[in-house]
Amino acid sequence: MAGRVFSYVPANRFNGHSDYGIGIGLRVPHYAHILSKKPVVDWFEIISENFMVDGGRPLELLDKILEQYRVVQHGVSMYFGSADKPDRAHLKRLRTLVRRTKTPWLSDHLCWGSVDGTYTHDLLPMPYTFAAARRTAEKIRQIRDFVEVPICVENVSSYAEFHVSEMTEWEFLTEVVELADCGILLDVNNIYVSSKNHAFNPYDYLNNIPHHRVGQMHVAGHTKFEKYILDTHDHPVLDPVWKLYAHATRMCGVSATLLEWDDKIPSFDEVHNEALKANEFIDGAKKAAV
Amino acid sequence: MMASALVRPLTADDGLQPRWIDGRPMEKVAAEFIKPNDRLTSFERLQLYSRMYWFRLSDAFRDDCPGLVAALGERAFARLSKAYLERYPSRSSTLRDLCSRLEQFILEKPRLTAPRTALACEIARFEWAQTVAFDGESLPAVAAERLSSTPPSRLRLGLQPYVTLLSLRYPIDTFVIAVKRRDALRSEASNTPAAAAVVHRVFRRTALPRRRSTHVAVHRHNNRLFYKRLDPAAFRILDALRRGSSLSRAIAAAGPGVRPSQVKAWFKSWMALGWFCADGNKRRRAAS
Repeated sequence: MAGRVFSYVPANRFNGHSDYGIGIGLRVPHYAHILSKKPVVDWFEIISENFMVDGGRPLELLDKILEQYRVVQHGVSMYFGSADKPDRAHLKRLRTLVRRTKTPWLSDHLCWGSVDGTYTHDLLPMPYTFAAARRTAEKIRQIRDFVEVPICVENVSSYAEFHVSEMTEWEFLTEVVELADCGILLDVNNIYVSSKNHAFNPYDYLNNIPHHRVGQMHVAGHTKFEKYILDTHDHPVLDPVWKLYAHATRMCGVSATLLEWDDKIPSFDEVHNEALKANEFIDGAKKAAV
Repeated sequence: MMASALVRPLTADDGLQPRWIDGRPMEKVAAEFIKPNDRLTSFERLQLYSRMYWFRLSDAFRDDCPGLVAALGERAFARLSKAYLERYPSRSSTLRDLCSRLEQFILEKPRLTAPRTALACEIARFEWAQTVAFDGESLPAVAAERLSSTPPSRLRLGLQPYVTLLSLRYPIDTFVIAVKRRDALRSEASNTPAAAAVVHRVFRRTALPRRRSTHVAVHRHNNRLFYKRLDPAAFRILDALRRGSSLSRAIAAAGPGVRPSQVKAWFKSWMALGWFCADGNKRRRAAS
């Protein structure tokens, strides 16, 4: 992009002007290691819903983590794209948690997953229409006004597309975040998975989003089946995804980066070392920018 | 349309139902709103999502109900969970609440758990009480001074929202502990390469409990889950307090023949556990 200045620091208004580097997800199999060994980790991502409870061990654990570490909240059930109005009880719990963790930004997915109060507990792809973009952006604004922290919207991996769509996924993402004036959590693994499932060039996606809105990135592993790829988060990051990450970093600048590993979770050290591989791509992007 | 389609129960071989609710072929219905690609038809793309929905919820169900799986067996449990999720799809943003209406459903559809319906009901109630104990609200505990400074006829004590009192026909606590032990041992053994074939033979199905009247409180202490057996008289006292009785009426509910020293010892134990709060009765969630 002509005239764009490469950003060497991750801070922007969509991540609360924070300087978070490479983080990993806070996961149950690692709790004992983290609390006893106190490894050096730049930040942890927590799934908001796991801690939106009234009491007990989850909050005890969270408070111990917060004593030592920085934490960012990532949600899985806000369903920005659902036609349902935001659930006020859910929002109140979310805001209570935001104040507890002092998360500098909040993320959730550009998807739908509930209809008339029934939840699918999945991240369902949107129809890429202008009407859906307007409705989704309005919901994001309402939620941001309520929780009072910046919001980053994550692109999901998908296995279906709709006839009614009027634009590409990256055009839809752009439309939503511009209308909502919010940030992007750029999941490069999801871009890769979707690009294979829907036969588009992932670099077209990366080249055509508003790079200055990227507040955070995700990397993750996936699983290849005969006719599709599934976003399983149970493997190391594959080379084509690292390449996309490198390109995304060159385009967007250095960004807070998180490795998602949610199933068949290996040791803490293995997960953390995998995440830290991002550094070589960040270094590469910095050199290319000089 | 898509949401309705993917929450319909799968076929016996885990496929999408071949016909829509109006009788039209599902292939045609899916093609109306989902694009095919060069590898998958519209039907197959929708089927992916439907399978993910059912597998995800079934897994969550199994994780929350190991006692029920052990009591009913895999096939009966699978039938029950499928029917339950069809009747009561998730109405909460969190899977934590998935089993909140399970006991009610078992009573609505006793054939699904026959001939063990009574047992299944109590296990469902018990396993839900565990969920409540794990992350239920904790209110400020009542101080000992309040007990001594307020006349018993006027003193009302609430029970912490995370404490569930259960009056059972079966010793479900013992059964659930045995199931958890067996599952832990199975998990350990299955990590050994040569042990896979031995696991099933050695770790047989946990024996089903025989009828025996049991009173138990499912609660947490220092954020760990506990089951506390209660004397029937102690249960009556706690139950009366939970229902809003004054302290004196609650103690009277224990019945004749209960020594004051015994009641004192019970209260000392319950106070030490932090079970009493000022207004828990107004805010606690009923677990049964």
